[in-house]
Amino acid sequence: MRNYHALRTKKDLLSLHLHNKTLWVSVIFAFLTVIVAVISLGMGEMNIHPIDVVKVFLGMGSEQHALIVQQFRLPRIVIAILVGASLAAAGSIMQGIVRNPLAAPDILGISGGASVAAVAFLLWFETSSITWLPPIAFLGATLATLLLYVVAWKKGVTPFRLVLIGVGIKIAASAIVTVLIMFSPFMLQNKAVLWLTGSIYGVDWSDVIMILPWSAGLILLAGLLGRRVNIQHLGDDIAVSVGSRLQIDRFLLLIICAALTGTAVSVGGEISFVALLAPHIAKQIIGPSFGGVLVVSTFIGSIIMLVADLIGRVAFAPVDVPVGVFTSAVGAPFFIYLLYKNRNR
Amino acid sequence: MNALETRQLTLSYGEKNIIESLDLTIPRGKITVFIGSNGCGKSTLLRSLARLLKPKEGAILLDGSSIAKCSTKEVAKRLSILPQGPTAPEGLTVFQLVKQGRYPYQNWLQQWSEEDEKMVNKALEATQLSELAHRPVDSLSGGQRQRAWIAMTLAQGTETILLDEPTTYLDMSHQIEILDLLDELNQTEQRTIIMVLHDLNLACRYAHHIIAVHDQTVYAEGPPEEVMTEELVRTVFDMDCQITLDPLYDTPMCIPYSKNRLANIPRKKAEVI
Repeated sequence: MRNYHALRTKKDLLSLHLHNKTLWVSVIFAFLTVIVAVISLGMGEMNIHPIDVVKVFLGMGSEQHALIVQQFRLPRIVIAILVGASLAAAGSIMQGIVRNPLAAPDILGISGGASVAAVAFLLWFETSSITWLPPIAFLGATLATLLLYVVAWKKGVTPFRLVLIGVGIKIAASAIVTVLIMFSPFMLQNKAVLWLTGSIYGVDWSDVIMILPWSAGLILLAGLLGRRVNIQHLGDDIAVSVGSRLQIDRFLLLIICAALTGTAVSVGGEISFVALLAPHIAKQIIGPSFGGVLVVSTFIGSIIMLVADLIGRVAFAPVDVPVGVFTSAVGAPFFIYLLYKNRNR
Repeated sequence: MNALETRQLTLSYGEKNIIESLDLTIPRGKITVFIGSNGCGKSTLLRSLARLLKPKEGAILLDGSSIAKCSTKEVAKRLSILPQGPTAPEGLTVFQLVKQGRYPYQNWLQQWSEEDEKMVNKALEATQLSELAHRPVDSLSGGQRQRAWIAMTLAQGTETILLDEPTTYLDMSHQIEILDLLDELNQTEQRTIIMVLHDLNLACRYAHHIIAVHDQTVYAEGPPEEVMTEELVRTVFDMDCQITLDPLYDTPMCIPYSKNRLANIPRKKAEVI
């Protein structure tokens, strides 16, 4: 079949089926991500031509360029890519298993849960190692997910019920965060507030090392479980009919979704709408099959984050506007459009 | 051996029992049709046979062994069900849908074996969808869409296929098209087909075995010629009718009375009233 490409070893020990269009779309977006990253690396207080940026990576750039690109700017760019990819993957999983285009971890209060846990950790355990932040945020995200699951589930979930309860959890989470910050020392308040606004300002290589294993591992795991997301996308009855262990799979996938959200939140704070936007754009291009959506949406999520971060850094310099502001500016109108489009469901 | 059996099966939603202590056998290699009024529990019964609903009490036996004790993947290789009104995600192509019928045969490493490819192509051919394979399911007509879902269950390659009202929402020609397809599968491949149908006349025409569900149990079962009586229709559907023979197929045909309309036909008035 010309639309697909089958990869097989002898006796079918290993066999894969690849959608040709998904393949080349992935390559194009991977390439785009690199281009945007290179442009972004060159821009800032001191502008460096993209060709000089490339030279730095080839070991042919000047020492000054190398210092700025590799030490000052690269960590932030890598974080933007990782956070964008994690959020996009979390959104792809969520939309697949809930069968609902409005589902995204930030809209449903899962990011909120992660924020509560992370802020509490920052305030109460100020001396603890920051490497604990991802697992702590993951814990908060998981608790919020479980709460959402228990309260909203009633023989499945209707879009509005889910969004209403999710918004409720989100508001409750932000109220708890406010209370936490109010009753903490002034010094720490600044730190928590800055972290909360959804900014990747001032990250360095230690942050990259902190979240890289989580992001990469979880996205890979999500990819391996792709078939299970696809089958759930057809509805519970069909999934059981073809032999899927529905409840176990759904729980596992929700946990992965929560972990990805926690990872992104732990370093970037609450960054809205990337998890909603990226999978939607991917689906428009290559259709709803999960494996492809996961790959393409992680690139798109990365690009959205890179662009939002670039605008935030450069457009209002010397003020560094948090990325969350820009993702919301694009995402909020789109969310309202989706609500309108799905009003009869 | 029978394809499916139930032993003292009780099904319920909450406190209310839908089916009570039912012993039922479904013949292998035949087309079996469940009939009954709305809400009598025939869909519930069908769903429980496919393990979509857990029985409150009793057991369901597939090829003689309890379905609850088999791994769900093993069951999925022997029995498939097409539930009522399934919906595909926006933009999913027919091919991508049918492919997923191969789920029980795949794992992390083997995601597209030659057998998978063969079965999917066969299912697409059987349902005459090869031409439309790369079209989105949501762009197809009602009849084509239903054929796509049937193709998915065919790709699953099971000996027994259950279908919950496969012809609902289809116009008459598409209803016949779907039933002919199932009939052909039964005749050429000896697959056991079990389905819920609302149209009694079509049920009589296509079924080898009819099971009438009423009052939490099976009211009658057997070949259409024996089961379909005026008495049964009166009890099960609370409706008066006349049973005649289908002029084309000689199977029973049910013509319901509707009191008001009948009063306007002078020729019949005298006979009936």
